[in-house]
Amino acid sequence: MTPSKVIEREHLDELFGALARRGYTVVGPTIRERAIVYDEISSTADLPIGWTDEQDGGYYRLVRRDDDALFGYAVGPQSWKQYQLPAEVKLWQARVDERGALVNVVESPHETPRYAFLGARSCELHAIGILDRVLHGARHADRAESDRADDPFIVAVQCGVAGGTCFCVSMNTGPVADRGFDLALTEIVGDTAHHFVVELGSERGAEVLDDVRHRDAADDDRDAASSVHDRTAAQMGRELDTTDIRDLLYRNFQHPRWDEVAGRCLTCGNCTMVCPTCFCTTVEDVTDLQGEHVERHQRWDSCFTVDYSHIHGGSVRNSTRSRYRQWMTHKLATWWDQFDSSGCVGCGRCITWCPVGIDITEEARAIRESERSPSDAHH
Amino acid sequence: MVPASFEVVEKRQDTADVWTLELMADSGEPFEFEPGQFTMLAAAGAGEVPISISGDPDKPERLVHTVRAVGLATEAICAAEHGQVLSVRGPFGRPWPVHEAEGADVLIAAGGIGLPPLRPAILRLLAQRERYGRLLLLYSGRSPDELLFTDEFEDWSRRGFEVQVTVDAAGEDWDGHVGVVTRLVRHTKLEAGRVIAMSCGPELMMRFLVAALIEQGVSSDGVYISMERNMQCGIGRCGHCQLGPTLVCRDGPVYPWPEINPWLAIREL
Amino acid sequence: MRTIDELIADSPTFAGLEPAQLEFIAGCARNEHVPAGTMLMREREPAERFWLIRRGVVALELYVPGREPLVIETLEAGDVVGWSWLFAPYRWALDGRTHGDCHLIAFDGVCLRGKCESDHDLGYALMSRFAADIIERLQATRLQLADVHGNVPTTA
Repeated sequence: MTPSKVIEREHLDELFGALARRGYTVVGPTIRERAIVYDEISSTADLPIGWTDEQDGGYYRLVRRDDDALFGYAVGPQSWKQYQLPAEVKLWQARVDERGALVNVVESPHETPRYAFLGARSCELHAIGILDRVLHGARHADRAESDRADDPFIVAVQCGVAGGTCFCVSMNTGPVADRGFDLALTEIVGDTAHHFVVELGSERGAEVLDDVRHRDAADDDRDAASSVHDRTAAQMGRELDTTDIRDLLYRNFQHPRWDEVAGRCLTCGNCTMVCPTCFCTTVEDVTDLQGEHVERHQRWDSCFTVDYSHIHGGSVRNSTRSRYRQWMTHKLATWWDQFDSSGCVGCGRCITWCPVGIDITEEARAIRESERSPSDAHH
Repeated sequence: MVPASFEVVEKRQDTADVWTLELMADSGEPFEFEPGQFTMLAAAGAGEVPISISGDPDKPERLVHTVRAVGLATEAICAAEHGQVLSVRGPFGRPWPVHEAEGADVLIAAGGIGLPPLRPAILRLLAQRERYGRLLLLYSGRSPDELLFTDEFEDWSRRGFEVQVTVDAAGEDWDGHVGVVTRLVRHTKLEAGRVIAMSCGPELMMRFLVAALIEQGVSSDGVYISMERNMQCGIGRCGHCQLGPTLVCRDGPVYPWPEINPWLAIREL
Repeated sequence: MRTIDELIADSPTFAGLEPAQLEFIAGCARNEHVPAGTMLMREREPAERFWLIRRGVVALELYVPGREPLVIETLEAGDVVGWSWLFAPYRWALDGRTHGDCHLIAFDGVCLRGKCESDHDLGYALMSRFAADIIERLQATRLQLADVHGNVPTTA
């Protein structure tokens, strides 16, 4: 999308007002407990101004920048998944009568606030689309713009810095978002200048922008934005060769590398919690002591738990090896057969937030390279 | 997805740990289903479990389940008495190819608790007997007192099923076969023409049974098995029942052998 | 240092074969040192080789989802591992895994089977020796099945 407008830094707060007046609850990045998370925010003051993040396998630190960029960092442990598929939801509650029947069943309303996501990155837009398709099916994802009026309003931010574990370039999910947003901002921070080059992504995006002071973009602005995009693309911290990756993993279910990674994996499930596309949930019925009231709750689950694959007698995936293999082959391979795309968007969260720094790109590389020279298989 | 309430109208103990429950919906509606499908069944608050429907698909006024009490949820279900209510969601899953098998000989191979999911297919086949060639039932169990539905075998025989039963071990009172089900396959002369086989039972039994059938000349395209995995939502959303790329609750539990075979070969998949 | 010929000749299964027969069999064989935990065979895969155990233990297993693999028999020094290479459909019926490091003699079953088909004297000699092994193991399996330590079949 060609950038067509520019908002000066001092006018960006007007965007919050414009969204609030239209009934949107703005959620965006903010600092909590020394990490950048997503929460309700009401002005630019809530943003991590002047901060950046250092990320590597099992490593995340916030570090001060030498400027006042509003979006000068990559992604944190949370994703927009928590709004598409909340971590805990009460589905219904009921009284249980003397026959054991459910009476007075009250289903929880599906109403959620009308959200505006401020600061969504390209990889995240892809993740939102992938998760949308999982939850609602392919037809839902292909709806016309007019049918998307109830979807969250998205103000994307084109990344100005790539994280140490980012590999969106490898996954074809960034760093530049070209669709799936209402407005997209590229932050330009210099000695004298500080403004946002804006791309219009939809009619409602243009309509909101009309309520915010802005000017037309000039060629200089477009060039500056391009430079930022190119610079970010060149800074990727990781790489993943996706050539035939589905078949590569389908050929290698018995590869010794799975034993090797199993020696490191704690099956803690952090990766599934931080991954923006992991969607597994479980359901729990909670009763009071007399068994007269019952609530059914849905909450996130992880394929790393032993119980996840429980059948009569035990769990199908008992070993760490089988559970890590399940997660990684689902993400990179079987997702294609199930949903016609990769499950991975290259955000790097699973690498950063793994306590022992297991790196999905390194695991894929080890298996791929062992096919080129068989002797490497035993390293 | 709120469950519907079904009252226990009849209850029978089949073996030491297996009960058959007949249920009727509080709403009065019949429960239409296809042979091979399952429901998510629960006693209030004790957790849902996937249980195959074991009743007659042409008598949907009653929903029949045959349940083995092996854990908290199934023990609670089996403890439900007349007049008590169980919650039901469903029916779910891909059914047995009863319709596709018309014109063929049909071989049903059941092991132990695998007979209940096949019983609706057996009843449907008998109800439309003229549409099929030979109908054969090979049923294996651990011992004579662990066999299910034995009181119906004579009726099924009379109406056109060739019934053979075998157990792993027995005393002198038993005058049926003793040995594994694959031996029955070897002794059953099957026409190399169209045989459709449907099997349900322990996964190990099914693997060896299918190998024996294929060795007898049955085309693998005509062999169907019913799989079990940790099904929770029943609608392909929660992810638990994945086996490779397939979701057992939605793509199964009944699978044509060639579709599921490659994934069964991989341990702990 | 004993040769493969000597090792084969000493084993109960191949004892009493004529020198020329032993020589041919030895020609289809080689020494292998196989580390612990190696899957020698997997259920339903093509059965093209078989082994004679010199040292170590091979566990025959059945995989059941949700359980640890069921070890139904362990084979030791002097035992032959694998018959399915000789009988159609030439596919393994079980999994076989080395339990501890093993010294094995591995035989090219496809080659040997071909030779049996053209040299019926060799074929008969090998068949009768394997038949004896199989009968011994079948009888042992039946006894195992009788579950002498556990459930005894009761009358109705």
